[in-house]
Amino acid sequence: MLEETGIPEAGKVEASLPSWERLEQGPVAIFECFTEIPCDPCYYSCPIEAIEEFHDINDLPELDFDRCTGCGQCIANCPGLAIFVLDYNYSKEEGVVRVPYEYTPLPEEGEIVQALNRAGEVVGEARVEKVQNAERQDRTAVVWLAVSKEQVLTVRNFKRMED
Amino acid sequence: MQKCELAIVGGGPAGLAAALKAREVGLEEIYLLERDNFLGGQLVKQTHQFFGSHKQFAGIRGIDIAEKFKDKLEDRPEIKALKGAVAQGYYEDDVLGYSYRDKFFKLKPEKTILATGASEKMLSFPNNDLPGIYGAGAVQTLMNQYGIVPGEKILMIGAGNIGLIVAYQLLQAGIEVKAVIEATGRIGGYAVHASKIRRAGIPILTYHTIKEARGNEEVEAVVIQQLDEDWQTVPGTEQEMAVDTICLAVGLTPKVDLAIQANCQMAYVAELGGDVPVRDKNLQTSNPRVYIAGDSAGIEEATAAILEGELAAAGAAADILPEGSAIDRERAEIKEKLADLRRGPVGEHIRRGLTRVRRNQNAGRDRYTRSWKS
Repeated sequence: MLEETGIPEAGKVEASLPSWERLEQGPVAIFECFTEIPCDPCYYSCPIEAIEEFHDINDLPELDFDRCTGCGQCIANCPGLAIFVLDYNYSKEEGVVRVPYEYTPLPEEGEIVQALNRAGEVVGEARVEKVQNAERQDRTAVVWLAVSKEQVLTVRNFKRMED
Repeated sequence: MQKCELAIVGGGPAGLAAALKAREVGLEEIYLLERDNFLGGQLVKQTHQFFGSHKQFAGIRGIDIAEKFKDKLEDRPEIKALKGAVAQGYYEDDVLGYSYRDKFFKLKPEKTILATGASEKMLSFPNNDLPGIYGAGAVQTLMNQYGIVPGEKILMIGAGNIGLIVAYQLLQAGIEVKAVIEATGRIGGYAVHASKIRRAGIPILTYHTIKEARGNEEVEAVVIQQLDEDWQTVPGTEQEMAVDTICLAVGLTPKVDLAIQANCQMAYVAELGGDVPVRDKNLQTSNPRVYIAGDSAGIEEATAAILEGELAAAGAAADILPEGSAIDRERAEIKEKLADLRRGPVGEHIRRGLTRVRRNQNAGRDRYTRSWKS
Protein backbone atom coordinates (compact mmCIF):
# COMPACT_ATOMS: atom_id res chain seq x y z
CA MET A 1 0.00 0.00 0.00
CA LEU A 2 1.22 3.46 -0.96
CA GLU A 3 0.28 4.91 2.46
CA GLU A 4 2.25 2.22 4.27
CA THR A 5 5.34 1.72 2.13
CA GLY A 6 5.62 4.58 -0.33
CA ILE A 7 5.25 2.10 -3.19
CA PRO A 8 2.14 2.68 -5.27
CA GLU A 9 -0.12 -0.33 -5.80
CA ALA A 10 -0.07 -1.97 -9.24
CA GLY A 11 -3.68 -1.02 -9.79
CA LYS A 12 -2.99 2.66 -9.20
CA VAL A 13 0.00 2.60 -11.50
CA GLU A 14 -1.97 0.85 -14.22
CA ALA A 15 -4.78 3.37 -14.00
CA SER A 16 -2.28 6.20 -14.47
CA LEU A 17 -1.05 4.84 -17.81
CA PRO A 18 -2.27 5.70 -21.29
CA SER A 19 -3.48 3.00 -23.66
CA TRP A 20 -0.95 0.60 -25.20
CA GLU A 21 -1.70 2.16 -28.53
CA ARG A 22 -0.67 5.59 -27.23
CA LEU A 23 2.43 4.21 -25.48
CA GLU A 24 3.60 2.69 -28.75
CA GLN A 25 3.05 5.92 -30.66
CA GLY A 26 5.85 7.88 -29.01
CA PRO A 27 6.95 9.70 -25.87
CA VAL A 28 4.22 10.49 -23.38
CA ALA A 29 4.17 11.83 -19.82
CA ILE A 30 2.74 9.82 -16.95
CA PHE A 31 1.81 11.20 -13.54
CA GLU A 32 2.45 8.99 -10.53
CA CYS A 33 0.60 11.48 -8.36
CA PHE A 34 -1.96 9.50 -6.41
CA THR A 35 -2.98 11.55 -3.41
CA GLU A 36 -4.65 14.92 -3.38
CA ILE A 37 -2.35 17.64 -2.14
CA PRO A 38 -2.55 21.39 -2.77
CA CYS A 39 -0.24 21.66 -5.77
CA ASP A 40 -0.65 22.92 -9.33
CA PRO A 41 2.67 23.83 -11.06
CA CYS A 42 2.33 21.01 -13.63
CA TYR A 43 -0.65 22.73 -15.22
CA TYR A 44 1.37 25.90 -15.78
CA SER A 45 4.43 24.02 -17.02
CA CYS A 46 2.73 22.40 -20.01
CA PRO A 47 3.40 24.47 -23.14
CA ILE A 48 0.43 23.00 -25.00
CA GLU A 49 -2.08 22.91 -22.14
CA ALA A 50 -2.50 19.16 -22.28
CA ILE A 51 -3.08 19.13 -18.52
CA GLU A 52 -6.59 20.02 -17.51
CA GLU A 53 -6.95 23.26 -15.59
CA PHE A 54 -7.37 22.77 -11.85
CA HIS A 55 -10.73 23.75 -10.39
CA ASP A 56 -9.40 23.03 -6.92
CA ILE A 57 -5.63 23.04 -6.37
CA ASN A 58 -6.08 19.79 -4.46
CA ASP A 59 -7.34 17.98 -7.58
CA LEU A 60 -5.18 15.24 -9.07
CA PRO A 61 -3.72 16.28 -12.43
CA GLU A 62 -5.41 14.97 -15.54
CA LEU A 63 -3.37 14.69 -18.69
CA ASP A 64 -4.82 14.40 -22.16
CA PHE A 65 -2.49 11.67 -23.44
CA ASP A 66 -3.46 12.30 -27.05
CA ARG A 67 -2.40 15.92 -26.88
CA CYS A 68 0.78 15.26 -24.86
CA THR A 69 3.85 15.34 -27.08
CA GLY A 70 6.16 13.91 -24.42
CA CYS A 71 8.26 17.09 -24.41
CA GLY A 72 8.98 16.50 -20.73
CA GLN A 73 8.78 20.14 -19.57
CA CYS A 74 6.56 19.05 -16.70
CA ILE A 75 9.12 16.61 -15.20
CA ALA A 76 11.35 19.17 -13.49
CA ASN A 77 8.37 21.38 -12.67
CA CYS A 78 6.73 18.79 -10.42
CA PRO A 79 7.69 19.51 -6.79
CA GLY A 80 6.86 15.89 -5.97
CA LEU A 81 9.17 14.47 -8.68
CA ALA A 82 6.21 12.32 -9.66
CA ILE A 83 6.20 12.84 -13.44
CA PHE A 84 8.05 10.60 -15.89
CA VAL A 85 8.10 10.42 -19.68
CA LEU A 86 7.93 6.99 -21.27
CA ASP A 87 9.14 6.40 -24.81
CA TYR A 88 8.29 2.80 -25.48
CA ASN A 89 9.53 2.74 -29.06
CA TYR A 90 12.70 4.76 -28.59
CA SER A 91 14.48 2.23 -30.79
CA LYS A 92 13.73 -1.21 -32.11
CA GLU A 93 15.12 -2.92 -29.02
CA GLU A 94 14.92 -0.29 -26.34
CA GLY A 95 12.55 2.07 -24.63
CA VAL A 96 13.47 5.18 -22.70
CA VAL A 97 12.27 6.29 -19.29
CA ARG A 98 12.97 9.93 -18.48
CA VAL A 99 13.29 10.42 -14.73
CA PRO A 100 13.81 13.48 -12.50
CA TYR A 101 17.16 13.35 -10.69
CA GLU A 102 18.46 15.61 -7.91
CA TYR A 103 21.72 13.98 -6.87
CA THR A 104 25.26 14.96 -7.69
CA PRO A 105 27.39 14.24 -9.55
CA LEU A 106 25.13 13.82 -12.55
CA PRO A 107 25.80 10.74 -14.67
CA GLU A 108 27.59 11.00 -18.01
CA GLU A 109 25.81 10.31 -21.24
CA GLY A 110 26.58 6.74 -22.28
CA GLU A 111 27.21 5.63 -18.69
CA ILE A 112 25.84 2.26 -17.63
CA VAL A 113 23.86 2.49 -14.38
CA GLN A 114 21.76 0.18 -12.24
CA ALA A 115 18.08 0.51 -13.03
CA LEU A 116 15.78 0.68 -10.00
CA ASN A 117 12.06 0.06 -9.70
CA ARG A 118 9.55 1.93 -7.52
CA ALA A 119 10.81 0.04 -4.45
CA GLY A 120 14.42 0.97 -5.16
CA GLU A 121 15.31 -2.61 -6.10
CA VAL A 122 17.86 -3.22 -8.84
CA VAL A 123 16.01 -4.70 -11.79
CA GLY A 124 18.77 -4.56 -14.37
CA GLU A 125 21.02 -2.13 -16.13
CA ALA A 126 20.24 1.03 -18.02
CA ARG A 127 22.25 3.26 -20.33
CA VAL A 128 22.17 6.98 -19.76
CA GLU A 129 21.06 8.33 -23.11
CA LYS A 130 20.84 11.99 -22.27
CA VAL A 131 21.06 14.35 -19.29
CA GLN A 132 19.00 17.54 -19.37
CA ASN A 133 19.87 20.18 -16.83
CA ALA A 134 18.87 23.55 -18.25
CA GLU A 135 18.59 26.61 -16.05
CA ARG A 136 14.80 26.62 -16.25
CA GLN A 137 14.77 23.16 -14.66
CA ASP A 138 16.02 24.80 -11.47
CA ARG A 139 18.48 22.04 -10.50
CA THR A 140 16.14 19.13 -11.13
CA ALA A 141 17.94 17.24 -13.89
CA VAL A 142 16.10 14.91 -16.22
CA VAL A 143 17.95 11.71 -17.06
CA TRP A 144 16.99 9.59 -20.06
CA LEU A 145 17.41 5.90 -19.21
CA ALA A 146 17.52 3.44 -22.10
CA VAL A 147 16.12 0.13 -20.88
CA SER A 148 14.65 -3.00 -22.39
CA LYS A 149 11.09 -2.50 -23.56
CA GLU A 150 9.64 -4.73 -20.84
CA GLN A 151 11.23 -2.50 -18.21
CA VAL A 152 9.75 0.76 -19.41
CA LEU A 153 6.82 0.29 -17.04
CA THR A 154 8.93 -0.66 -14.04
CA VAL A 155 12.12 1.44 -14.01
CA ARG A 156 11.67 4.73 -12.15
CA ASN A 157 15.10 5.53 -10.76
CA PHE A 158 18.73 4.54 -11.11
CA LYS A 159 21.88 4.20 -9.10
CA ARG A 160 25.38 4.82 -10.38
CA MET A 161 27.75 1.86 -10.27
CA GLU A 162 30.03 1.78 -7.24
CA ASP A 163 33.48 3.15 -8.02
CA MET B 1 10.50 54.01 25.04
CA GLN B 2 10.09 53.58 21.32
CA LYS B 3 6.54 53.53 20.03
CA CYS B 4 5.48 52.02 16.72
CA GLU B 5 2.39 50.94 14.87
CA LEU B 6 3.28 47.30 14.43
CA ALA B 7 5.83 44.93 15.93
CA ILE B 8 6.32 41.51 14.40
CA VAL B 9 8.14 38.86 16.37
CA GLY B 10 9.81 36.29 14.12
CA GLY B 11 11.45 36.69 10.72
CA GLY B 12 10.36 33.39 9.20
CA PRO B 13 7.86 33.07 6.34
CA ALA B 14 4.91 34.35 8.42
CA GLY B 15 6.78 37.32 9.89
CA LEU B 16 8.42 38.35 6.62
CA ALA B 17 5.13 38.17 4.74
CA ALA B 18 3.46 40.13 7.53
CA ALA B 19 6.06 42.93 7.42
CA LEU B 20 5.81 43.33 3.67
CA LYS B 21 2.02 43.23 3.63
CA ALA B 22 1.75 45.70 6.50
CA ARG B 23 3.89 48.17 4.58
CA GLU B 24 2.03 47.52 1.36
CA VAL B 25 -1.33 48.35 2.91
CA GLY B 26 -0.02 51.56 4.44
CA LEU B 27 1.51 51.06 7.87
CA GLU B 28 4.63 53.16 8.35
CA GLU B 29 6.24 52.25 11.65
CA ILE B 30 7.00 48.55 11.51
CA TYR B 31 9.51 46.62 13.60
CA LEU B 32 10.48 43.07 12.74
CA LEU B 33 12.41 41.25 15.46
CA GLU B 34 14.34 38.16 14.44
CA ARG B 35 16.21 36.12 17.01
CA ASP B 36 18.72 34.66 14.55
CA ASN B 37 21.32 36.63 12.68
CA PHE B 38 19.58 35.91 9.42
CA LEU B 39 16.06 36.27 8.09
CA GLY B 40 13.98 33.50 6.55
CA GLY B 41 13.41 31.15 9.48
CA GLN B 42 13.05 27.56 8.35
CA LEU B 43 12.88 28.61 4.68
CA VAL B 44 16.67 28.86 4.52
CA LYS B 45 16.92 25.09 5.02
CA GLN B 46 14.24 24.02 2.57
CA THR B 47 16.02 22.88 -0.56
CA HIS B 48 12.98 21.22 -2.12
CA GLN B 49 10.44 22.83 -4.42
CA PHE B 50 7.32 23.95 -2.62
CA PHE B 51 3.84 22.64 -3.25
CA GLY B 52 0.85 24.93 -3.14
CA SER B 53 -0.43 27.31 -5.75
CA HIS B 54 1.57 28.47 -8.74
CA LYS B 55 0.18 31.93 -8.02
CA GLN B 56 2.07 31.94 -4.73
CA PHE B 57 5.32 30.03 -4.44
CA ALA B 58 4.68 26.51 -5.72
CA GLY B 59 7.56 25.09 -7.71
CA ILE B 60 10.08 27.40 -6.06
CA ARG B 61 12.59 26.06 -3.57
CA GLY B 62 12.26 27.32 0.00
CA ILE B 63 15.79 28.72 -0.02
CA ASP B 64 14.88 30.85 -3.04
CA ILE B 65 11.62 32.02 -1.43
CA ALA B 66 13.70 33.30 1.50
CA GLU B 67 15.89 35.23 -0.96
CA LYS B 68 12.86 36.76 -2.65
CA PHE B 69 11.55 37.97 0.70
CA LYS B 70 14.93 39.39 1.66
CA ASP B 71 15.21 41.24 -1.65
CA LYS B 72 11.77 42.75 -1.16
CA LEU B 73 12.63 43.77 2.36
CA GLU B 74 15.75 45.53 1.12
CA ASP B 75 13.53 47.67 -1.08
CA ARG B 76 11.60 48.67 2.03
CA PRO B 77 14.17 50.22 4.34
CA GLU B 78 11.33 51.83 6.29
CA ILE B 79 10.62 48.38 7.79
CA LYS B 80 13.02 48.12 10.71
CA ALA B 81 14.10 44.50 10.44
CA LEU B 82 16.44 43.71 13.33
CA LYS B 83 18.48 40.54 13.06
CA GLY B 84 19.80 39.10 16.31
CA ALA B 85 16.98 40.80 18.21
CA VAL B 86 15.53 38.45 20.80
CA ALA B 87 12.07 39.21 22.17
CA GLN B 88 12.36 38.82 25.93
CA GLY B 89 8.89 39.42 27.17
CA TYR B 90 5.46 40.87 26.57
CA TYR B 91 4.47 42.90 29.59
CA GLU B 92 1.11 43.75 31.14
CA ASP B 93 1.19 47.28 29.80
CA ASP B 94 1.63 45.86 26.27
CA VAL B 95 5.30 46.67 26.15
CA LEU B 96 7.50 44.32 24.19
CA GLY B 97 11.01 43.96 25.60
CA TYR B 98 13.84 42.73 23.43
CA SER B 99 17.59 42.41 23.57
CA TYR B 100 19.68 43.59 20.68
CA ARG B 101 23.46 43.98 20.48
CA ASP B 102 23.86 43.37 24.22
CA LYS B 103 21.31 45.99 25.19
CA PHE B 104 17.74 45.78 26.38
CA PHE B 105 15.10 47.79 24.55
CA LYS B 106 11.44 48.48 25.13
CA LEU B 107 8.96 48.87 22.37
CA LYS B 108 5.34 49.92 22.67
CA PRO B 109 3.53 48.80 19.54
CA GLU B 110 -0.11 49.51 18.84
CA LYS B 111 -0.36 45.98 17.44
CA THR B 112 1.88 42.97 17.67
CA ILE B 113 2.00 39.95 15.40
CA LEU B 114 3.47 36.87 17.02
CA ALA B 115 5.09 34.72 14.34
CA THR B 116 7.47 32.82 16.55
CA GLY B 117 7.20 29.44 14.85
CA ALA B 118 7.48 26.10 16.54
CA SER B 119 9.86 23.86 18.42
CA GLU B 120 10.56 20.21 17.84
CA LYS B 121 9.17 17.45 20.00
CA MET B 122 11.48 15.05 21.76
CA LEU B 123 11.00 11.33 22.20
CA SER B 124 11.73 9.30 25.34
CA PHE B 125 13.78 6.15 24.92
CA PRO B 126 16.80 4.71 26.71
CA ASN B 127 20.04 6.56 25.94
CA ASN B 128 18.27 9.38 24.13
CA ASP B 129 20.96 11.73 25.45
CA LEU B 130 23.82 10.10 23.54
CA PRO B 131 25.71 12.32 21.12
CA GLY B 132 24.54 11.49 17.62
CA ILE B 133 20.85 12.00 18.30
CA TYR B 134 19.49 15.03 16.53
CA GLY B 135 16.25 16.75 15.83
CA ALA B 136 15.47 17.02 12.13
CA GLY B 137 15.78 20.80 12.34
CA ALA B 138 19.33 20.52 13.64
CA VAL B 139 20.25 18.10 10.86
CA GLN B 140 18.90 20.55 8.30
CA THR B 141 20.75 23.44 9.91
CA LEU B 142 24.03 21.52 9.89
CA MET B 143 23.70 20.25 6.34
CA ASN B 144 21.85 22.94 4.48
CA GLN B 145 23.16 26.05 6.21
CA TYR B 146 26.65 25.02 7.20
CA GLY B 147 27.46 22.17 4.82
CA ILE B 148 28.25 19.68 7.59
CA VAL B 149 26.91 16.13 7.50
CA PRO B 150 25.77 14.78 10.87
CA GLY B 151 27.07 11.23 10.38
CA GLU B 152 27.44 8.40 7.92
CA LYS B 153 24.66 5.96 8.75
CA ILE B 154 21.38 7.26 9.99
CA LEU B 155 17.97 6.13 11.14
CA MET B 156 15.10 8.58 10.64
CA ILE B 157 12.24 8.45 13.12
CA GLY B 158 8.95 9.82 11.82
CA ALA B 159 7.43 9.61 8.34
CA GLY B 160 5.71 12.96 8.32
CA ASN B 161 6.75 15.48 5.69
CA ILE B 162 9.75 16.64 7.70
CA GLY B 163 11.07 13.11 8.25
CA LEU B 164 10.63 12.25 4.57
CA ILE B 165 12.13 15.49 3.27
CA VAL B 166 15.13 15.38 5.61
CA ALA B 167 15.71 11.71 4.73
CA TYR B 168 15.82 12.77 1.08
CA GLN B 169 18.22 15.61 1.84
CA LEU B 170 20.47 13.17 3.72
CA LEU B 171 20.50 10.91 0.65
CA GLN B 172 21.40 13.90 -1.49
CA ALA B 173 24.29 14.58 0.88
CA GLY B 174 25.54 11.04 0.28
CA ILE B 175 24.58 9.66 3.69
CA GLU B 176 23.29 6.15 4.11
CA VAL B 177 19.73 6.27 5.41
CA LYS B 178 19.02 2.84 6.91
CA ALA B 179 15.28 3.30 7.21
CA VAL B 180 12.51 5.70 8.08
CA ILE B 181 10.39 4.32 10.90
CA GLU B 182 6.89 5.48 11.79
CA ALA B 183 4.91 4.48 14.86
CA THR B 184 1.50 4.85 13.27
CA GLY B 185 0.18 2.58 10.54
CA ARG B 186 0.31 5.26 7.91
CA ILE B 187 2.91 7.51 6.32
CA GLY B 188 1.91 10.97 7.49
CA GLY B 189 3.74 13.00 4.85
CA TYR B 190 2.88 13.41 1.20
CA ALA B 191 2.96 10.16 -0.77
CA VAL B 192 5.17 11.73 -3.44
CA HIS B 193 7.88 12.44 -0.84
CA ALA B 194 7.60 8.85 0.42
CA SER B 195 7.77 7.39 -3.10
CA LYS B 196 10.83 9.52 -3.88
CA ILE B 197 12.90 7.98 -1.07
CA ARG B 198 11.37 4.52 -1.45
CA ARG B 199 12.51 4.32 -5.07
CA ALA B 200 15.99 5.25 -3.85
CA GLY B 201 15.83 2.03 -1.84
CA ILE B 202 15.04 3.41 1.62
CA PRO B 203 12.53 1.25 3.51
CA ILE B 204 9.72 3.07 5.28
CA LEU B 205 8.55 0.94 8.18
CA THR B 206 5.14 1.79 9.61
CA TYR B 207 4.13 0.42 13.03
CA HIS B 208 7.75 0.59 14.14
CA THR B 209 9.22 2.41 17.08
CA ILE B 210 12.65 2.92 18.59
CA LYS B 211 13.35 0.68 21.58
CA GLU B 212 16.71 2.11 22.53
CA ALA B 213 19.89 3.72 21.33
CA ARG B 214 23.09 1.85 22.03
CA GLY B 215 26.64 3.07 22.44
CA ASN B 216 29.15 4.16 25.04
CA GLU B 217 30.42 7.59 24.11
CA GLU B 218 28.13 8.13 21.15
CA VAL B 219 25.46 6.35 19.13
CA GLU B 220 26.76 3.07 17.74
CA ALA B 221 23.51 1.25 17.08
CA VAL B 222 19.78 1.49 17.44
CA VAL B 223 17.18 -1.14 18.27
CA ILE B 224 13.81 -0.78 16.61
CA GLN B 225 10.72 -2.82 17.32
CA GLN B 226 7.39 -3.47 15.71
CA LEU B 227 4.14 -2.17 17.21
CA ASP B 228 0.75 -3.82 16.95
CA GLU B 229 -2.42 -1.96 16.08
CA ASP B 230 -2.94 -1.08 19.75
CA TRP B 231 0.54 0.44 19.82
CA GLN B 232 1.95 -2.32 22.01
CA THR B 233 5.46 -3.56 21.21
CA VAL B 234 5.49 -6.98 19.57
CA PRO B 235 7.94 -9.23 21.45
CA GLY B 236 10.61 -10.85 19.33
CA THR B 237 10.56 -8.21 16.62
CA GLU B 238 13.54 -6.26 17.93
CA GLN B 239 16.02 -5.43 15.23
CA GLU B 240 19.44 -3.88 15.77
CA MET B 241 20.89 -1.55 13.15
CA ALA B 242 24.40 -0.17 13.10
CA VAL B 243 24.02 3.61 12.88
CA ASP B 244 25.98 6.58 14.15
CA THR B 245 23.12 9.04 13.95
CA ILE B 246 19.46 9.00 14.91
CA CYS B 247 17.27 11.78 13.60
CA LEU B 248 13.99 12.62 15.30
CA ALA B 249 11.19 14.05 13.20
CA VAL B 250 8.34 13.38 15.58
CA GLY B 251 6.38 16.56 15.33
CA LEU B 252 6.39 20.20 16.23
CA THR B 253 4.67 22.20 18.87
CA PRO B 254 3.76 25.91 18.57
CA LYS B 255 5.97 28.39 20.41
CA VAL B 256 3.47 30.38 22.40
CA ASP B 257 5.37 31.85 25.39
CA LEU B 258 4.83 35.44 24.29
CA ALA B 259 1.14 34.81 23.64
CA ILE B 260 0.77 33.48 27.18
CA GLN B 261 2.58 36.52 28.53
CA ALA B 262 0.30 38.74 26.47
CA ASN B 263 -2.58 37.10 28.29
CA CYS B 264 -4.04 35.61 25.13
CA GLN B 265 -6.62 33.00 25.91
CA MET B 266 -5.16 29.59 25.06
CA ALA B 267 -6.72 26.32 24.00
CA TYR B 268 -5.28 22.85 23.65
CA VAL B 269 -5.96 21.71 20.09
CA ALA B 270 -4.17 18.50 19.17
CA GLU B 271 -4.72 19.06 15.43
CA LEU B 272 -2.76 22.31 15.63
CA GLY B 273 0.10 20.82 17.63
CA GLY B 274 -0.75 21.65 21.24
CA ASP B 275 -1.59 24.82 23.15
CA VAL B 276 -2.42 27.64 20.78
CA PRO B 277 -3.94 31.09 21.21
CA VAL B 278 -7.67 31.29 20.57
CA ARG B 279 -8.16 33.58 17.60
CA ASP B 280 -10.87 34.87 15.29
CA LYS B 281 -10.97 34.47 11.53
CA ASN B 282 -8.68 37.46 11.12
CA LEU B 283 -6.09 35.89 13.46
CA GLN B 284 -6.72 38.35 16.25
CA THR B 285 -6.31 36.81 19.70
CA SER B 286 -8.34 37.52 22.81
CA ASN B 287 -5.89 40.35 23.46
CA PRO B 288 -7.05 42.77 20.75
CA ARG B 289 -3.53 44.17 20.38
CA VAL B 290 -2.10 40.78 19.49
CA TYR B 291 -2.38 38.78 16.28
CA ILE B 292 -0.78 35.42 15.56
CA ALA B 293 0.41 33.81 12.35
CA GLY B 294 2.29 30.78 11.09
CA ASP B 295 3.34 27.73 13.07
CA SER B 296 2.94 29.53 16.40
CA ALA B 297 -0.78 29.66 15.58
CA GLY B 298 -0.87 25.97 14.61
CA ILE B 299 1.55 23.61 12.90
CA GLU B 300 1.04 23.74 9.15
CA GLU B 301 3.47 24.55 6.36
CA ALA B 302 5.22 27.58 4.92
CA THR B 303 2.72 28.57 2.23
CA ALA B 304 -0.04 28.75 4.85
CA ALA B 305 2.31 30.64 7.18
CA ILE B 306 2.97 33.24 4.47
CA LEU B 307 -0.75 33.74 3.90
CA GLU B 308 -1.45 33.91 7.63
CA GLY B 309 1.28 36.51 8.02
CA GLU B 310 -0.38 38.61 5.33
CA LEU B 311 -3.80 38.14 6.90
CA ALA B 312 -2.60 39.16 10.36
CA ALA B 313 -0.85 42.22 8.90
CA ALA B 314 -3.98 43.26 7.05
CA GLY B 315 -5.92 42.85 10.29
CA ALA B 316 -3.50 44.98 12.28
CA ALA B 317 -3.55 47.62 9.55
CA ALA B 318 -7.34 47.65 9.42
CA ASP B 319 -7.40 48.36 13.17
CA ILE B 320 -4.90 51.20 12.91
CA LEU B 321 -5.69 52.93 9.64
CA PRO B 322 -8.86 54.96 9.22
CA GLU B 323 -9.97 53.77 5.77
CA GLY B 324 -10.63 50.06 5.68
CA SER B 325 -12.42 49.00 2.53
CA ALA B 326 -9.36 48.21 0.37
CA ILE B 327 -7.89 46.21 3.22
CA ASP B 328 -11.16 44.34 3.69
CA ARG B 329 -11.06 43.27 0.05
CA GLU B 330 -7.48 42.20 0.45
CA ARG B 331 -8.33 40.22 3.56
CA ALA B 332 -11.12 38.41 1.78
CA GLU B 333 -8.70 37.42 -0.99
CA ILE B 334 -6.12 36.08 1.42
CA LYS B 335 -8.77 34.09 3.26
CA GLU B 336 -9.88 32.59 -0.01
CA LYS B 337 -6.33 31.50 -0.84
CA LEU B 338 -5.97 29.92 2.60
CA ALA B 339 -9.26 28.11 2.16
CA ASP B 340 -8.10 26.79 -1.24
CA LEU B 341 -4.92 25.48 0.31
CA ARG B 342 -6.77 23.73 3.12
CA ARG B 343 -9.68 22.42 1.09
CA GLY B 344 -8.33 18.96 0.24
CA PRO B 345 -7.84 15.83 2.33
CA VAL B 346 -4.42 16.91 3.68
CA GLY B 347 -6.00 20.09 5.05
CA GLU B 348 -8.69 18.14 6.87
CA HIS B 349 -7.05 18.09 10.30
CA ILE B 350 -6.18 21.79 10.02
CA ARG B 351 -9.81 22.60 9.22
CA ARG B 352 -10.95 20.51 12.18
CA GLY B 353 -8.39 22.15 14.47
CA LEU B 354 -9.38 25.65 13.38
CA THR B 355 -13.03 24.90 13.95
CA ARG B 356 -12.23 23.66 17.43
CA VAL B 357 -10.04 26.59 18.36
CA ARG B 358 -12.58 29.10 17.07
CA ARG B 359 -15.44 27.49 18.89
CA ASN B 360 -13.15 27.48 21.86
CA GLN B 361 -14.41 24.10 23.02
CA ASN B 362 -11.37 23.56 25.17
CA ALA B 363 -11.37 26.81 27.08
CA GLY B 364 -11.53 24.81 30.29
CA ARG B 365 -8.13 23.35 29.55
CA ASP B 366 -6.43 26.70 29.31
CA ARG B 367 -3.70 26.40 31.91
CA TYR B 368 -2.33 29.89 31.50
CA THR B 369 -4.79 32.72 31.43
CA ARG B 370 -4.84 34.66 34.65
CA SER B 371 -7.72 36.92 33.79
CA TRP B 372 -9.23 37.30 30.42
CA LYS B 373 -8.72 40.78 29.09
CA SER B 374 -11.06 41.84 26.34
